[in-house]
Amino acid sequence: MKELIAARGLRKSFGSFEAVRGIDLIVPAGQVLGFLGPNGAGKSTTMRMLTGFLEPTAGTVTLDGIALADAPIAAKRTFGYLPEGAPAYGDMRVEEFLNFVARARGYVGADARSRVDRSIERLHLEPYRRQLVDTLSKGYKRRTGLAQAILHDPPILVLDEPTDGLDPNQKHEVRELIRRLGDDRAVVLSTHILEEVEAVCTRAVIINEGRVVFDGTPKALDAKAPANITSNRLDHVFRMLTTSDIGGAPRTKAASR
Amino acid sequence: MNSTARIATIFRREFAAYFTSPLAGIFLVIYLFMSAVLTFQMGGLYERGQADLRPFFQVQPWLDLFLVPALSMRLWAEDRRTGTIELLLTLPFSVRDLVLGKFLAAWAFACVALALTAPLWITVAWLGSPDHGSILVGYIASALMAGTFLAIGAFLSAFTKNQVIAFVLSGVACFLLMVIGFPMLLDFVSGWLPRTAVEAIAAMSVLTHFESMMRGVLDGRDVLYFVSVSAAFLFLNGIVVEWKKAE
Repeated sequence: MKELIAARGLRKSFGSFEAVRGIDLIVPAGQVLGFLGPNGAGKSTTMRMLTGFLEPTAGTVTLDGIALADAPIAAKRTFGYLPEGAPAYGDMRVEEFLNFVARARGYVGADARSRVDRSIERLHLEPYRRQLVDTLSKGYKRRTGLAQAILHDPPILVLDEPTDGLDPNQKHEVRELIRRLGDDRAVVLSTHILEEVEAVCTRAVIINEGRVVFDGTPKALDAKAPANITSNRLDHVFRMLTTSDIGGAPRTKAASR
Repeated sequence: MNSTARIATIFRREFAAYFTSPLAGIFLVIYLFMSAVLTFQMGGLYERGQADLRPFFQVQPWLDLFLVPALSMRLWAEDRRTGTIELLLTLPFSVRDLVLGKFLAAWAFACVALALTAPLWITVAWLGSPDHGSILVGYIASALMAGTFLAIGAFLSAFTKNQVIAFVLSGVACFLLMVIGFPMLLDFVSGWLPRTAVEAIAAMSVLTHFESMMRGVLDGRDVLYFVSVSAAFLFLNGIVVEWKKAE
């Protein structure tokens, strides 16, 4: 299977603090990878290196066969990215903002319009297309961010907490969308919600203190919980792997992010 | 998509952004009002009995000091505050595209403001027969000076998430670049600095080059000064964006 995302030996230091300490991520098409970890584990930092916002202190990122360090602009065409907090220009209307992203992606005229329309339709943003981004609720702002990320139908999607702030109905819709998109794409999404991993992901990677502590299917993750635990089994495994209080990796230093 | 198209995309977004807030309107009104008041009242355009725009150009550096930082302050600080910097830098843009697109948008806006003072030119042309060549050079000098101040302001805006801080820093930096050419200051340091050093300081001042152009002569050295200072600060702007982006 084609490796769409190939990150090898990623490390990132901020001053003397090492946020990411050697992460390898190989993601083929057709995989939805749930990226988990406590706050400050290095999830966002890793995603920022995958998308070229941050340069890794060490390691390489190759996206759809293009080395990010060698051809950043070509590599940036291969993915759609929803950054943490779904930033968007608040002074623009939803369709204006998407139109800006369409132009940035090289679409003009009728092409740009049809891309924007399709994205709006997929995220059910039609009633809000003339609304200023600043006046949207958190859920619709996040959807606008998602609409921007999928606008050019990229082979790779990197989504930092795509369902954060959505209500249960919206969460369901977005998960369905991600699952559909994941059929023939490589999707990396970070989340705090463990059921989400079971619901949409085909692979779960848990990181703690900048290192991978689990990499396998959601089923394998579930199997790690002792048989006597009957509810919230994934939560239990998560705690096992990321804290020391129920026998897992020792936690030495709380990171700031 | 080539670099020009990418720069044009950023330019359009940034230029339009000036008009989505009341900032642009307020800026234009204050600029035009102050230009007129200072030109007629302080400059004594009528009383001088000469058909030229010298009083108008003479107040330009002082107006720029307050108004240019108002245009440049949001260029990077706002993107850093709202997190859209992360979006911009992960879209297929290079830092160079962003730096140039943003700068050109702000400069185009400043040039529009300048162009709206054309009625003053028409007035003196109607009242007498001014030297149109030197007025044109004056306008070119004003545009170049605004560009230089904008490049400095954009550079400083990349350091902070706070537009007010960006405004104050830019105002102070532009003021310093002006006063190092003051005769008063130059006389003061000439007492204990060698002549060449004093001349070097004077050559660094915006005012020296602006006043030289106001004499109506389009001198390559003056143009080169404005272009190279702007280019240097835009280059540094790119470095600061890379350096500060994740903070």
